[in-house]
Amino acid sequence: MTTVEIKPPILVVGPLAWLRKNLFSTWYNALFTFVALWALYSFLQPALLWSQTEARWGVIEANLTLFMIGQYPREQLWRVWLVIYLLAGLIGLSWGVWKDAARGFAVIGLGAGAAFALLCFFFGWESWSHWLIACTTLLILYLVGRYLPYASFLTTVCWILYFPGVFLLIAGSARIASLPPVEMGAWGGLLLTLLLTIVGNFGSLPLGVLLALGRRSKLPIVKYFCIGYIEIIRGVPLVTILYMADILLPLFLPVDVRPDRVLRAMMGFILFEAAYQAENVRGGLQSINRGQYEAAQALGLSGTLSTVLIILPQALRAVVPALFNSFISLFKDTSLVAIIGLFDVLRIGRSVLAQSEWLGTHREVFLFAFFIYWGFNLAFTYGSRRVEEALGVGKR
Amino acid sequence: MNDTNEIIVCRDVHKWYDSFHVLKGINLTVKRREVVVVFGPSGSGKSTFIRCINRLEEHQRGHIFVDGVELTNDIRNIETIRSEVGMVFQQFNLFPHLTVIQNITLAPFWVRRTPKEKSRELAMQLLTRVGIPEQADKYPGQLSGGQQQRVAIARALAMQPRIMLFDEPTSALDPEMIKEVLDVMTELAQSGMTIVAVTHEMGFARAVADRMIFFDKGEIVEQGAPDQIFNNPQNDRTKLFLSQILNH
Ligand SMILES: Nc1ncnc2c1ncn2[C@@H]1O[C@H](COP(=O)(O)OP(=O)(O)OP(=O)(O)O)[C@@H](O)[C@H]1O
Ligand SMILES: [Mg+2]
Repeated sequence: MTTVEIKPPILVVGPLAWLRKNLFSTWYNALFTFVALWALYSFLQPALLWSQTEARWGVIEANLTLFMIGQYPREQLWRVWLVIYLLAGLIGLSWGVWKDAARGFAVIGLGAGAAFALLCFFFGWESWSHWLIACTTLLILYLVGRYLPYASFLTTVCWILYFPGVFLLIAGSARIASLPPVEMGAWGGLLLTLLLTIVGNFGSLPLGVLLALGRRSKLPIVKYFCIGYIEIIRGVPLVTILYMADILLPLFLPVDVRPDRVLRAMMGFILFEAAYQAENVRGGLQSINRGQYEAAQALGLSGTLSTVLIILPQALRAVVPALFNSFISLFKDTSLVAIIGLFDVLRIGRSVLAQSEWLGTHREVFLFAFFIYWGFNLAFTYGSRRVEEALGVGKR
Repeated sequence: MNDTNEIIVCRDVHKWYDSFHVLKGINLTVKRREVVVVFGPSGSGKSTFIRCINRLEEHQRGHIFVDGVELTNDIRNIETIRSEVGMVFQQFNLFPHLTVIQNITLAPFWVRRTPKEKSRELAMQLLTRVGIPEQADKYPGQLSGGQQQRVAIARALAMQPRIMLFDEPTSALDPEMIKEVLDVMTELAQSGMTIVAVTHEMGFARAVADRMIFFDKGEIVEQGAPDQIFNNPQNDRTKLFLSQILNH
C-alpha cells in the first residue's frame, strides 16, 4: 500500500483539544471550570492537610494482615498467596486466549499487582515478592494462552475448576496432610468479603438461570413455584434472609448436617441473589425474538438443545451489564454479614478501633475501608466494560 | 395406506385461534418433487397453514401426514418430521451469535450427530451452491438481506430435508436482492426438491410451479397449473386478487 499515514492534528483530537472542547469552550464554561476547581481544592485541602499531619496511618500498617485475612492462621498464609497466583495465572491465560474480552481485567490485574509490589517494596514489607510472582505468572500464562490448542475450552474448564479449588485451598481438608483444615470461623477480612462475593455470584447465576427458565415453563407447578420463590425473596430485605439462613436453615437440614456459619451465610447470599439474577436473565429471555425459537424448532432441535445452544447464549449476552451490576451490589452487600457475627473487612475495621492503642482512628480506618470497596468496584467496572465492548453488547 | 408418491397429505385440516376460525377444512395432497406455490390475500391463513406442516402451529381437527407419518402430539414424531422438513422464514431468523458456518453446521451436528469435519464440508458445499462460500466465517449481521436469506436456505438444506417450506422468503428483501434468492429457489426446484412456497413472486410461480393454490379466508378457493390460474381463473375472488397484484 502506498497510502501515507497522517497523524491527526494535535488540536483536533489530542488532550489539549479535549481540554478546550470540554472545559474551556466558552467564557462561562471556562469560568465554571475555574470555580469548580477552586471549590474542589478548598473542600479537599483540609482533608489533605489532615492526612499529611494528624492522621495516624500506622493503624492500617499495623493491622494490614488482619484487614486482609482476619484470623486466618498466619502460618497458612501461603494458601492465600497461592489463590492469588492462580487467579493471576487464569487472568493471563484468558487474556492470551480471549484477547480483547479479557484484556481489561488483565491490565487491571497487572497494574494492581505491580502497584502493590512497589508499595510493599517502598514500605519495606516482604510481600512485594509475592506480587512480583503473581505478575510474572500472569505474563507467562498470557504467552501460554496464545499458543495453546483447544484454548477456549481448556480455559473455561480451568475457570470452572478454580472456584471449588479456591474453596478447597482455603478451607483445607482433613484428608490432605499439607492442607490442614482451617475453621471457617477464622476466615475474615477482605478474604471473607471476596469469598462471599464470588461464591454468592457464581452460585446464584446457574440457580437464577433455572428459575428464569422455570418461570416461563408450561408446567404450572414449576412455573408457580418459581414465581413464588422469586417474589418471596425479592419481597424481603437481605438482612432477613441472612438471619433466616443463620437461624432457620439448620431446621430444614438433616440433624447431622450442621453447616458452618460462613457456609450458611454463603447459602443465604446464593438464595437471595438467585431471585435477582433470575429477573435479570428473564429480561434477556424476553428480548429474544420468537423467530429464534421457531428457527431452532424447525431444524429439529429439541427444547433443551434450543434453549442451551440458541436462546441462553443470546439472552445472557444481552444482560451482561445487568449481571455485572448485580455482582457489584452483592460485593457491597457482603458487609451485612457483620450482623450475624462474621468478620468481613468493614467489621474488622470496627474491631481494630477497639484496640486500646488505636482509639480514635475512625477516619483512617473508614477511609481505608472506603478505598478498598471503591478501588475494587472501579477496577471491576473497568474490566467489565471491556468485556461488554468485546462481546458487542448494545451494538448489535 | 398412502400412495408412496404422496409426501404431504392434509385431510380436512381446521385450526382456530381462540374462537377465530383460521383454517376451514384444508384438503391438499403434494406429490414428491412437486413445486406448489400458495398465494392469497394478507390474513388468509397461508402462513398458518404452511406452519402446520412442520407443526410450528398445531391443527385442531383433521389429519396431516408427512412422508407417511401423522403429525400428532408425540414429540418424537414431531422432531423427526421437523428434521426432514426444511423451513425458510420471511425474516430469515438466522442465529445472530453464531457465524454463517456455525449456523449451518449446528443442527447436523446436534440432531444428526454428523461429525464436525463432515458437516463443515457439507456446509461449504451448500454455501457454494447458494453462491456465497466466501462469507462462511462472518456473522449474519455483517451480511446483506439477500445473503442472509441464502444462508437460511443453506441452513435448512444442511439437514438434507425431503421437503422445503418457504414462507414469503423474498418479501423482506430489497428488489435488487430478490432475484438472487429466487435463483437459488429455482435451482432447488429443478434439482427435484419438493417445495411448498408462500410467495407473491408471480414470475417465479409461472416459471417453476407445478401447481398454484389460491387461499382466501382460510380456504383453498382454487388450484391448478400456473397456465390455467393465470390465463383462465375460474373463481371471481381469484380473478380479482390476480388483477390486483398483476396490475402494479
Ligand atoms: N398467534 C395468533 N393468535 C391469534 N391470531 C393469529 C395468530 N397468528 C395469526 N393470527 C391471525 O390469523 C389470521 C391468519 O394469519 P396468517 O399469518 O396465517 O395469514 P397470512 O395469510 O400468512 O397473511 P400475510 O400474507 O399477511 O402473511 C390473521 O387474521 C391473523 O391475524
Ligand atoms: Mg404470512
